[in-house]
Amino acid sequence: MAVSAGPDTVDLREPRSWRRTKSQLVTAAMVGAFVLVIIPLGFVLFTVISKGASIISWQFLTAAIPPNVLPASVGGMGPAVVGTLEITAFATLMAVPLGVLGAIYLNEYGGNRPLARLIGFFSDVMTGVPSIVMGLFIFTIWVLHFGYSGLAGSFALACLMLPIVIRSTYEMLRLVPDALREGSYALGASKARVTVTVVLPAAIGGIVSGALLAVARAAGETAPLLFTILTVTTVNRNLFSGPNTSLPSQIFANATQPYAGAQARGWGAALTLIAIAFILMIVARFITARFARFQR
Amino acid sequence: MEEPEQYAVANRELAEPAVQQPEVPAEPGASAPSGTDIFDAKNVSLYYGSFRAVTDVSLSIHEHEITAFIGPSGCGKTTVLRTLNRMNDLVAGARVEGDVYYRGASLYAKDVSPIAVRRRIGMVFQKPNPFPKSIRDNVAYGPRINGEHNKAKLDEIVERSLRQAALWDEVKDRLGKSGLSLSGGQQQRLCIARTLAVEPDVVLMDEPCSALDPIATGAIEDLMQEIKSKYTIVIVTHNMQQATRVSDRTAFFSVLINPDSDTRTGVLVEYDRTEKIFQDPNDSRTRAYVTGRMG
Repeated sequence: MAVSAGPDTVDLREPRSWRRTKSQLVTAAMVGAFVLVIIPLGFVLFTVISKGASIISWQFLTAAIPPNVLPASVGGMGPAVVGTLEITAFATLMAVPLGVLGAIYLNEYGGNRPLARLIGFFSDVMTGVPSIVMGLFIFTIWVLHFGYSGLAGSFALACLMLPIVIRSTYEMLRLVPDALREGSYALGASKARVTVTVVLPAAIGGIVSGALLAVARAAGETAPLLFTILTVTTVNRNLFSGPNTSLPSQIFANATQPYAGAQARGWGAALTLIAIAFILMIVARFITARFARFQR
Repeated sequence: MEEPEQYAVANRELAEPAVQQPEVPAEPGASAPSGTDIFDAKNVSLYYGSFRAVTDVSLSIHEHEITAFIGPSGCGKTTVLRTLNRMNDLVAGARVEGDVYYRGASLYAKDVSPIAVRRRIGMVFQKPNPFPKSIRDNVAYGPRINGEHNKAKLDEIVERSLRQAALWDEVKDRLGKSGLSLSGGQQQRLCIARTLAVEPDVVLMDEPCSALDPIATGAIEDLMQEIKSKYTIVIVTHNMQQATRVSDRTAFFSVLINPDSDTRTGVLVEYDRTEKIFQDPNDSRTRAYVTGRMG
């Protein structure tokens, strides 16, 4: 290949070929694809902010939901904010510990055992179950016996979060090098010690951000809540009894109304939900960075 | 939990004889005992599933000596090393035949806890593997899992272990920094300090210098000589000069190729005093290896 330009100099110029052109074409294609992906995202954000920002105020976040015919200046989404926060929080309380423990079993203890393979398989199947089916499931086994409540909604959301938490935690645990486990074993640690004092701390950043992603996903779910919490217009602080409401449920309910005020409140609820998800992402980043302190 | 008691006893034994092992006169056989035998491996074979990785290894390892395992790749020296503290238990499908006696007690008897074994027989690995924790927490890890939570006591252990590992002066001002922020050689010395912090009876080293430059290697070799009066060391090395520099005894392992099944099995060819192995080995295969005529 090397064409000598003179008797004692080496020709290091780019040879004439398609290589550089191809590289530029592919780079341009990638930039184009990125822009295409960004357009819908930017459009969604722009629409939600432009239609929802004007209504957001402290009153909107706390006041009761007024009748749909009333204008945007009246009332707010307080019951939905409270409902989303308490239902999602309780679902997290159930799903995250269970999911993390399940993933620890799968990766640290189960190995290739039939039980571990079975759990892993069904956890993957559960990821693919449509969320409305989860809602119907909880409706059949819980709501029909004990009535609508925030708790029923938490159950449905927890069922949705569980496989996500298991999968993300499992992947994080798999990334922990075996050399670390061996180092701990060689000091006379038992398996439980190795898991608690070396494996979990090494993976905690990823586990937390995976769990928060699952929380954000669950907080935005409408379908599992349709059959489990209904909607209410006043704040129901009691998670364990009586119908409740949530931001996604209210977005759905308000968007189907013909009244301008109700629709405006729906946009406000959408923006509030996006803001909650955004805050969770920032918290996830912060926690991941905090735990990564000793990783390098 | 009766382990800590035995553990303390082993340590007391350890603390007493700071006397150098007397020079042993040339012996006819490799297995002739001298001083105290720490390990006595009897016809050890190790299988991974049905594959026999190492066959019929018998050797005795003596207290306060440095014993080197040398041999070509795939000859099973690391595998044999890992049978000495039951690290092979962690490998799925690994199975040991024969037995290893540690201070007269069988390591593979039914009621033996591998945890108790590893508390007495520590290990340093080929690749430095500090935990993603601070330097202080890395060293204090072992004592902590053994139940030591007194802050002052832990600080004392951390300083002593880091001094023993010749790392104290380099890290004393940044004990709170991550262990992973150190250079490769420092990380390996941190791992040695971490091992010494639990005051083991034996330190197994699996090619501890293979990832290090000559200066860091020299530091670790000096350190081995320094701690040998308190510990018994078994080291696997690919570097024959290292074996001659540091070890009192050398075991040469080789590979037997089974022509029928085309499988390779590690065997112990010769085990003797290091000078004997390198200057006047009994076996022609050893001679070929140490003179560089066989890989």
